[in-house]
Amino acid sequence: MQCSICKEKTATVHLTQIVGDKMQKLDLCEECAKAKGINDPVSFAMADMMLGLGASQELASASAGADLKCSRCGFSQADFKKSGRLGCLECYHTFAEGLAGLLKTMHKGLRHIGKTPEALRQTREQTDRLKLLQKKLKKAIEDEDYEVAAAVRDEIKTVPGAAAKVRVEK
Amino acid sequence: MKDIHTFLCSPAESTRRHGPHDRIVMSSRVRLARNIRDASFPGWAKKPERVRVLEIIQPAVSSLPEMADSFSEAMDNLGALDKQILVERHLISREHAAKNIGSGLVVNRTETFSVMINEEDHLRMQALRPGLQVRQAWNAIDTLDSELEQKLNYAFDNELGYLTACPTNLGTGIRVSAMLHLPGLVLGEQINPIIQSVNKLGLAVRGLYGEGTEALGNVFQVSNQMTLGESEAAIVERLEKVLLQIIEHEENARQSLLEKKPKVVFNHIGRAYGILANAHSISSKETMNLLSLMRLGVDMELFPGTERSLVDELFLTTQPAHLQKQLSDKLSAEERDLIRADMVRERLKNVSRPLIKPPASSTN
Repeated sequence: MQCSICKEKTATVHLTQIVGDKMQKLDLCEECAKAKGINDPVSFAMADMMLGLGASQELASASAGADLKCSRCGFSQADFKKSGRLGCLECYHTFAEGLAGLLKTMHKGLRHIGKTPEALRQTREQTDRLKLLQKKLKKAIEDEDYEVAAAVRDEIKTVPGAAAKVRVEK
Repeated sequence: MKDIHTFLCSPAESTRRHGPHDRIVMSSRVRLARNIRDASFPGWAKKPERVRVLEIIQPAVSSLPEMADSFSEAMDNLGALDKQILVERHLISREHAAKNIGSGLVVNRTETFSVMINEEDHLRMQALRPGLQVRQAWNAIDTLDSELEQKLNYAFDNELGYLTACPTNLGTGIRVSAMLHLPGLVLGEQINPIIQSVNKLGLAVRGLYGEGTEALGNVFQVSNQMTLGESEAAIVERLEKVLLQIIEHEENARQSLLEKKPKVVFNHIGRAYGILANAHSISSKETMNLLSLMRLGVDMELFPGTERSLVDELFLTTQPAHLQKQLSDKLSAEERDLIRADMVRERLKNVSRPLIKPPASSTN
């Protein structure tokens, strides 16, 4: 089998990458593999091993090269590349953009379905309802259907915590 | 301080727990990953922060009604041998066995709940049941988790669910798994296609001690991988369906082996018995692989009067830490191989050679 990069030497390093439901195979000779840092255990990221090839790049490209750092715990992209794990709950916001693509490849969906702590259950339902109503409101305004818009606006006002939410939205 | 060895039930007792389909399903387990809001994840937190988290979580877990009679200890108070015994009992992960200051463990008397504190996440709680009882295990751990959420402030996000150190556990933080004894599929050379099709369903197949371990003694662990975007109930149901199918395949494989290649099966089982009953030096790995064949022989009623629990007990007591625990001196691996062989010979003294063919009444 030929190396898929230099197309000269025999491929001895074989990589399989699964993105979504597509499988990509890469066959490399030793030199090209070394050049790509694949057979160098130090630069071959743990994140890639655990989370699939391209995991660390995914996170890096989302931040356009800047080394993002979590403001709460100081965890950086490079740390993620090393360990494949995050530093704290805030990291999920810090690295949200890069994580989205990653989560898509490893999970069934991007939104949690299932158990919710009882104390948060109500706020979660309210947030969901508000989101739905705001969507409706936007659509009604776009359609210039002001009668519906007014009704939806009034309904939004009845949702507890809506005032705070509306302020955030502005 | 309670001693873990006097706390845990004897290996003999632990292998006499029965559950549905326990011919094939050795145990079911559901694990939940949880973190508290105001601390970094254990892998990133510094020692003082981990200690603080342990001091918050350990009393909260110990005070639960399910944990009224429990063993609760900081990992730095457990010796290497204690930790290895806990791994061999599947009460803690190998990763947790490597932890020291700032990590802890709470396990209840009946060994149906085990809570690891500051493993990869602040909390890794699991419910264990013998046989195929994934649904019961989920209900049990769900209750425990609901009680604990009254005492702890969980890291939860409206979109992403329970936040975990590794994005692979995000959402429900659930891992539903079962340990399966599949000698029929291995001998019938059908195990690889089965593993592949199980993988295609988004489920993982691993060895005896989970991630990155080999399938010693033909024991495989099947579990879900995806945790986000699917409810716990749906995951449990899906896994249960797949497990029932694997059980059926295993039963069919055993049946067809007996019909098409009886000599191959009897040869394997007879040789396994021959070595186990007569060896003077035997490694842990060889013992497990041969005990697996003897277990198959017991299931096929080739060893009348011998109970499966005898084999299961040996499966546990011949593992390195359990074996070392029974001895006063610290032994080398070579010395342990001699003692292990002595022990197995002694326990199989009253077990007669396997029958040449299964009794006619056998439905297997």
